[in-house]
Amino acid sequence: MNPFFQAWPPEASLHAVRVDQLFIAFSALTVLLTAPVFVLMSGFALYYRRGRDVDRTQAPRGNWRLETVWTIVPFLLALIFFGWAGWLFFDQGHPPTGALTIDVVAKQWMWKFEHPGGQREIDELHVPAGEPVRLVMTSQDVIHSLFLPALRLKQDVLPGRYTSVWFKAGLPGVYALRCSQFCGFDHSVMAGRFVVMTPADYSRWLQQAGTDGSLAWQGFQRFRALGCSGCHGPASTRRAPKLEGVFGHPVALDGGRVVIADEQYVRDSILYPAHDVAAGYAPIMPTFAGQVSETDLLALVAYVKSIGTAAPSQEAGR
Amino acid sequence: MTALPLQTPEERVSYLNAGHTLRSWFLTTDHKRIAILYLVAITGFFAVAAVGAALIRLQLMTPTGELLSHEGYNRAFTLHGVVMVWFFLIPSIPNTFGNFLIPLMIGAKDLAFPRLNLASWYIFVGGGIFTLYALIAGGVDTGWTFYTPLSTMYANGHVLAVIAGITIAGFSSILTGLNFIVTVHKLRAPGMTWGRLPLFVWSHYATSVILVLATPVLAMTLILLFAERALRLAIFDPSIGGDPLLFQHLFWFYSHPAVYIMILPAMGVVSELVTAGARKRVFGYWFVACASLAIAGVGFLVWGHHMFVSGQSPYAGAIFSFLSLAVAVPSAVKVYNWTATLYKGEVVLDPPLLYGMAFVGLFTIGGLSGLMLALLAIDEHVHDTYFVVAHFHYIMVGGAVSGFLGAAHFWWPKITGRMYPLVWGRISAGLIFLGFNLTFFPQYLLGYLGMPRRYPTYPPEFQALNVLSSAGASVLFVAYVLPLVYFTWSLRNGRAAGANPWGASGLEWTTPSPPPKHNFEQIPVVDRPAYDYPLTRARGDE
Repeated sequence: MNPFFQAWPPEASLHAVRVDQLFIAFSALTVLLTAPVFVLMSGFALYYRRGRDVDRTQAPRGNWRLETVWTIVPFLLALIFFGWAGWLFFDQGHPPTGALTIDVVAKQWMWKFEHPGGQREIDELHVPAGEPVRLVMTSQDVIHSLFLPALRLKQDVLPGRYTSVWFKAGLPGVYALRCSQFCGFDHSVMAGRFVVMTPADYSRWLQQAGTDGSLAWQGFQRFRALGCSGCHGPASTRRAPKLEGVFGHPVALDGGRVVIADEQYVRDSILYPAHDVAAGYAPIMPTFAGQVSETDLLALVAYVKSIGTAAPSQEAGR
Repeated sequence: MTALPLQTPEERVSYLNAGHTLRSWFLTTDHKRIAILYLVAITGFFAVAAVGAALIRLQLMTPTGELLSHEGYNRAFTLHGVVMVWFFLIPSIPNTFGNFLIPLMIGAKDLAFPRLNLASWYIFVGGGIFTLYALIAGGVDTGWTFYTPLSTMYANGHVLAVIAGITIAGFSSILTGLNFIVTVHKLRAPGMTWGRLPLFVWSHYATSVILVLATPVLAMTLILLFAERALRLAIFDPSIGGDPLLFQHLFWFYSHPAVYIMILPAMGVVSELVTAGARKRVFGYWFVACASLAIAGVGFLVWGHHMFVSGQSPYAGAIFSFLSLAVAVPSAVKVYNWTATLYKGEVVLDPPLLYGMAFVGLFTIGGLSGLMLALLAIDEHVHDTYFVVAHFHYIMVGGAVSGFLGAAHFWWPKITGRMYPLVWGRISAGLIFLGFNLTFFPQYLLGYLGMPRRYPTYPPEFQALNVLSSAGASVLFVAYVLPLVYFTWSLRNGRAAGANPWGASGLEWTTPSPPPKHNFEQIPVVDRPAYDYPLTRARGDE
C-alpha cells in the first residue's frame, strides 16, 4: 500500500461489504440525478446565449406535469434507499443471542477493553473472526465514539449509560480503531489497533494475556467486598431480591411497570436504587454512586449476568 | 420604467451622500446604511474566521501537524466554526442584502421598525465583542457544537464568554426576523400582491419564520449550558444527574433549522440571478416560492439525523431519516426549476449568473451527499468524519457563500452606483468553483476512508488527499481576495452603473443607483407579475 494514499478502506465484515454496495449504488444515483442538471444548465446557458438566433417562441412559464414528475420520482428513488439503508441498520441493531460480550470503558484519552475471561487491554481490541461480538460500552468522563472503519461501524460512548454495538468480523487482520466524537485535547490520538484473529489464535491470545479470574469472578469478589452479598446473597435472610435467574428476564417494578433486566438496569439499580424498585420490596438499599468505578460496575454486571441463567459460576470463560 | 440620465453617483443625492458624519452612519435608521454597517462587520468576522480556516489547512499538510499544538488546533477550529456560523453565515445575506433590498423590492420606504433594525446591529456587534474578547483571552476548545459534558465540566477555554456572545447575537437575529415578517405583511406597495413578490422576498420571509421560532431555543440551550458550567446546576452532566443527549436534542433543534437560515436566503438570491441572467420569468413561480416555506416547515423536524449513533432510539433514527429525505424534495424542486428557467431564455453569462450556476452545481452535490448522510447505514460509517465536513461546506460555502458573492456581484451597482470589471468577476466565479471543489471534494474521500473530523494529527495514508485539499484552499483564498480588490477599486474607478445595468425586472431596478434616501420619489404602483420579461410576458398572473 502506498503510504501517502489509500484508495478504498479495507472491508473486514459482510456488513462492510453491504454498506459499500449501498454507498456505491447511491453514488450512482447521485450522478444520475446531477448529470441532467449540469448538462442541461450549461447546455441551455450556451445554446440560448443572447445574440444567437435560436427559437425562443412559446418560452414556458411553468408546467405542472413536469413539476409533479420531478417532485415524486427522485423522492421514490430515495425511498428505495431509505428502505435498503434501514434494513442494514436494523439488521445491525439486534445482536444474535450468545454473542461474545466485551466490555469497553472509554476515558480521556484511552480505550480499555475487558474480555469475559477477565483479560484486559488498552487501546487494542482482539476479537475472533467469524463469531458475533457484542461491545457494551461506557465512558468515565465525556462522550467518546468508538469508530471501526473496517467494519463501517461507530457508536457513541456515553458517561452514565451503556451503549452497545455488535459485529461479526470476517477477515483476520489488523485494522484501525479511532475515536470519532470530539473529546478534547488528545482526541486524535485516542486510537489503537483492532485485531481480528482466527478463533484458534484468539484462544491462544486469551491464554497468554493472563487474568485475575473471569470478569464474573472479579464481580463476585466486588459483590462480597462491597457488602452486596449481605442482602442479595443466596444465604441472606434480609428482604432483598435474589439475583439468581434475574438477568435477561422481566422484572416487575413497584408501580406496575415491567422492565427487562439488562446491563443498564443492573447498573442503574446499583447507582440509583431508589429509582426502579422491584415490586414488593422496600426502597432501603443505599446508593453506591461515587463508590464504584466503571470497571467494577462492569464486573458486577458480569457477575449478575453470570447467575442470570445458571447457578453462580466462578469459572473463567464466556 | 423611465430612462434615467447616467449621472455619476456623486452628482446626485443618494443615501450614500445624505450625510458624511460618523453620527450619520452610526445613528442612522436607513435600512440601506444599516445594511452597509452589517456588510462591514461581517466582512471583518469573515476575515477572522478565515484565519482559523487557514491555520487548519496549514496544520493538516502533514500527518503529524507541525504548526499547532493539539490545544492550539482545537481552538483554531472552534474559532473558525463559531465565528463563521454565528457571525458570518447567519447574518450574511439577510442582514446585508435582505436589509438593503426587501423595502426596495416591495416598494417601501424602509423596514417596518427602522430603529429596531439599528438596535439589532448594535446587539450583533455587542455579541461579537464578547466573542472577540474570548479569542483574545485565549480561545475555546469545545468545537462550535459545545457538546456536554465536555463543554460544561471538562473544557478549559473561555466558554462562558463565547456562549454569552452567541446568545446576545441571537437576539439580533430574532429582531431582524420579526422586522422582515412585519415589513412583508404590512408595507407592500399598492398592487404588490403575495403572488407578485420576488422570490428573494419569499425566501427571506421563510427564513424570518425560522429566525423567530428557532433562535429562542438556542438562547435557552446556551443559558442552560451557562447554568451548568457557572452554577453547577445538574442539567447535562450525568455525573451529577443530568442527561448529555438532552443538550444535543436542544442544540440541533436550533442548529439544523439554522442551516436553512443560511441556505434559504442564498436560494432567494439565486432565483433572482437566474431569472435576470435568462431575461425570463422563473419557471414554476409558485413551486419555487412554496418550496421555501416547505423547507422552513419540515426543516424543524429533522434534527435527530445528527444523532443516529448517539444512543438515540433506532426507531427515532428511522423517522428522522425519512423526514430528512423528505426535506430534500423542495430543494430538488428548486434546482430543477432554475435549470428549466434557462430553457429558451436570452442568456447573458455575466458574473451574477455564473455565481448562480456555481451555487446550483455545488449545492446539488452537497445536497445529495446530505441524503447519503440521512441514510442510516451510511451515516453509521461516515458520521463525524470528513464526509460530514465536506457535505456541510458544500452547502454553507459552496451554497451560502456563493449565494452571498452572487448577490454582491448582482446588486453592487445598485448599492454603490458603480460597475466593477466584469471580466474579473467571471474569473473570480470560475476560480471559486475550481478552488472550492479542489478543497472539499477530497474531504468526501477522506471521510469515507475513515478520517474523523477535528483531528490535529492523522494516519499517514490520508496525507495525499489532505495536501490536495490544502492546495485547493489556497486557490480559494485568491478567489475570495479578488472580489475584495476589484470591488474596492470600483468604488472610485468603476463606471457609473445607471439604474438598471443588467436589464433586470424588479422594483429595486426602477430607482436610481445608488437609491435616494427614501428609496422612491413616489411609492410605486405595481400592475405586473414578478419577472415580467418580454420573452414570457402576457399570460397574466398565475
